Amino acid sequence: MSSRSTLSVKEAVARGIARRYRNEAIFRALGLGALLIGLGFLAFFFYTLVGNGYTALEQTRIRLDVELDAAVIDPEATRNPETLRGADYQRLARDALGRLFPEVTSRADLRALYALLSAGAGIELQQLVVNDPAAIGETRTLWLLADDDVDVIVKGQAPRDVPETDRRMDDRQLRWLTALEQQGRVDLQFNRYFFTRGDSRDPELAGIWGATVGSFFMLLVTLALSFPLGVATAVYLEEFAPRNRWTDLIEVNINNLAAVPSIVFGLLGLALFINVFGLPRSAPVVGGLVLSLMTLPVIIIASRAALTAVPPSIREAALGVGASKMQMVLHHVLPLAMPGMLTGTIIGMARALGESAPLLMIGMVAFIVDVPDSPVSPATALPVQVYLWADSPERAFVERTSAAIVVLLLFLLVMNAAAILLRKRFERRY
Amino acid sequence: MPSSTLLFVVVGLALLGYYVGRQRAVSAAIAAGPRSFHSLPGYHGGYVALWCALPALTLLVLWQVLEPAWLRSSVLDSLPETMQALPDDQLGLVYNDIRNIVEGNVTGEAPSSPEVAAAAERYSSLKASSRKLAAAAVVVLGVLVLAWAYRRIRADFRARNRVEKAIELLLIAASCVAILTTIGIFLSVFVEALRFFQQVSLLDFLFGLSWSPQTAIREDQIGAAGAFGAVPLFAGTLLISGLAMLVAVPVGLMSAIYLSEYASRRFRAYAKPMLEILAGIPTVVYGYFAALTVAPLLRGLGESIGLDVASESALGTGLVMGIMIIPFVSSLSDDVITAVPQALRDGSYGLGATRSETIRNVVFPAALPGIVGAVLLAVSRAIGETMIVVMAAGLAANLTANPLEAVTTVTVQIVMLLTGDQEFDSAKTLAAFALGLVLFVVTLALNVVALRVVRRYREQYE
Repeated sequence: MSSRSTLSVKEAVARGIARRYRNEAIFRALGLGALLIGLGFLAFFFYTLVGNGYTALEQTRIRLDVELDAAVIDPEATRNPETLRGADYQRLARDALGRLFPEVTSRADLRALYALLSAGAGIELQQLVVNDPAAIGETRTLWLLADDDVDVIVKGQAPRDVPETDRRMDDRQLRWLTALEQQGRVDLQFNRYFFTRGDSRDPELAGIWGATVGSFFMLLVTLALSFPLGVATAVYLEEFAPRNRWTDLIEVNINNLAAVPSIVFGLLGLALFINVFGLPRSAPVVGGLVLSLMTLPVIIIASRAALTAVPPSIREAALGVGASKMQMVLHHVLPLAMPGMLTGTIIGMARALGESAPLLMIGMVAFIVDVPDSPVSPATALPVQVYLWADSPERAFVERTSAAIVVLLLFLLVMNAAAILLRKRFERRY
Repeated sequence: MPSSTLLFVVVGLALLGYYVGRQRAVSAAIAAGPRSFHSLPGYHGGYVALWCALPALTLLVLWQVLEPAWLRSSVLDSLPETMQALPDDQLGLVYNDIRNIVEGNVTGEAPSSPEVAAAAERYSSLKASSRKLAAAAVVVLGVLVLAWAYRRIRADFRARNRVEKAIELLLIAASCVAILTTIGIFLSVFVEALRFFQQVSLLDFLFGLSWSPQTAIREDQIGAAGAFGAVPLFAGTLLISGLAMLVAVPVGLMSAIYLSEYASRRFRAYAKPMLEILAGIPTVVYGYFAALTVAPLLRGLGESIGLDVASESALGTGLVMGIMIIPFVSSLSDDVITAVPQALRDGSYGLGATRSETIRNVVFPAALPGIVGAVLLAVSRAIGETMIVVMAAGLAANLTANPLEAVTTVTVQIVMLLTGDQEFDSAKTLAAFALGLVLFVVTLALNVVALRVVRRYREQYE
């Protein structure tokens, strides 16, 4: 009887074992699959971004023999900088292009031909002449900036062989462009404007420098406010605060603030800083204030963890040789906890750099061409620039958006790498 | 003198105070002998510096805060009677004109009237004298308190205790900023929301089925009143967040289980940080991705099988948002799963269970409260997420449960209502604050509940 029942249990187990092992394998595969979905998305993500973005490093230019005609630039030969700056340089560039196509005469045709050049061509000629007035009267061979419609065709982002109505360029413009290409007058060159200029309605003139400077000012304000406040709060809560309802309240508060959606901080900034305090809209200083309130909980939580990691023996030793409590904290505990606090701060800063929702609330989405020169001048931020460009209809903004994202991610990478290095370098085990 | 220079002057005074205080303490110590000396010389210096800087800075800040109001009232009082009789908002415009003239914001335009020009003149002279007065007052106050504190220094003066007390007070003040922020958020959102509810009833807002917050340019326009029924927004938010959770919870949970239970240490050391990179990517990037890559992809896919997918479909948005939340769910669950004691697993293995059976029947139930907490936190993230939906979700309020259609969310509407130029008193802009209040309350509640769940149902081992 007993031997029969053990046999049947054995049999039951043996019968089930194949199914159970199969389930085991399926479960394991599901786990790996889930992980691979996440990682695969990450790979796909970087692949599309870099794939879309790397072309923004280059920009189409057209080689033209520009006659820097004194009659156009400075007819009275005053060499007055004001006159030099105000001359019609775009006309010089257009004339140079027009001379290559003498058969084009009608006004409409000429306008179409001139549309191949960017408005930036005139600006480049202006810079050349203002920096070097001796060039007036000479004929120079220059690579001048092409329009973004030309650029997307040359880069192959917009197809050539589709019906005319599906293209931004018409047939004759395409014919001229082909003629220029056959003469070797069209080339892709490094796009330095992307790294040196502010925003622009013309994709070929738009750059991320303005947004980068805006982000920099904002992070400066955020760091200046949130680091001292965060560290001071953490030190108080961890080292001095008595255990009572008030400190409990502060703690619950900090934890909840960390979970408040960022857009709500934007509402606070709009209602309080802009409407009540009358601070300027679109200014990095307001953005920095809002972001520092957002980063504060992150820094406090990280700093408290760093303080708890300092062993009590160090505190006791300091107190034992006669240090006051404040001396113990400032001279011994704080320096030991500082690497951990700095790591938390850098991570908080990285989060603040990528944040854009609250900035939309306080008017940092304005179209701003100038590179800001102080924390109170109107500016935008890198992620907001991405948002603005992503909304722009021009095809040429697609690659710029991706490139701006890559730059943003590089900044984040550098910051996070710094945090990891800091942790590795100064981490102590007691 | 601009306030930044003044700030430097105060800092300079404080440094001077530190130096002279220290000097005096040292000479007092030499005179009295080291035994009777209470605090280190540095503390005496610090005492003088603190006493010098704090009152001067307080005065400076007060001046900065009160000056605009004082300028405004005294300039407006000097205006002729007829202009003073204007309604408040027009008076505000006049005052803005005056300030623009003074600050040179007007380009080549003559002042609108001689009265305004005179007022502008008065404004700039008042402002100049106010600045001079401020500088004088701050410097005199700084020097006076410096001298007072300096005279108190003696060998037996307990400077250290006082400086430490002051530092502790500063620490306490810093820790109150968190509380002030919460109060600030609540008040600013709540006050504006109250103003909204004076115009639109709370019940209409919470239970109305139609949302079209346009403001009328003319009185007789169609739909001039606007409709502020927020149910379509709540439904849209729930739909998108729900889709996001459908992606994030299974994928995040299974990744966490795989990482903590199956993966080798080496694999884990690489895979976990990689997965967490997803959490560090700015949300605007996800938004760009959802709008420009995923949405066209889904649309093409739908067309190929004969489905009509909106280009701003809830599906695409929810999908990308779910991917954003994966690391959030996985790292929180990973912590909880790792916290389940090994003894429970060993017991289960000892009874002959396979690994997956152990995970499903032993580890998972033990970790459940923590996982539920993690999921609730993730839901609150999804509800409050802004950039992805602003860039990839629809704008029009659409009450539907079909994930292939475009829906809008609470956060999208807040952004839409508040970006661009608009007057601040219309129901349209105030509605954004009402939505913000709902968002704040809901995420706060989710958060509190999540913490409760974790605390209350956590299994206590040992």
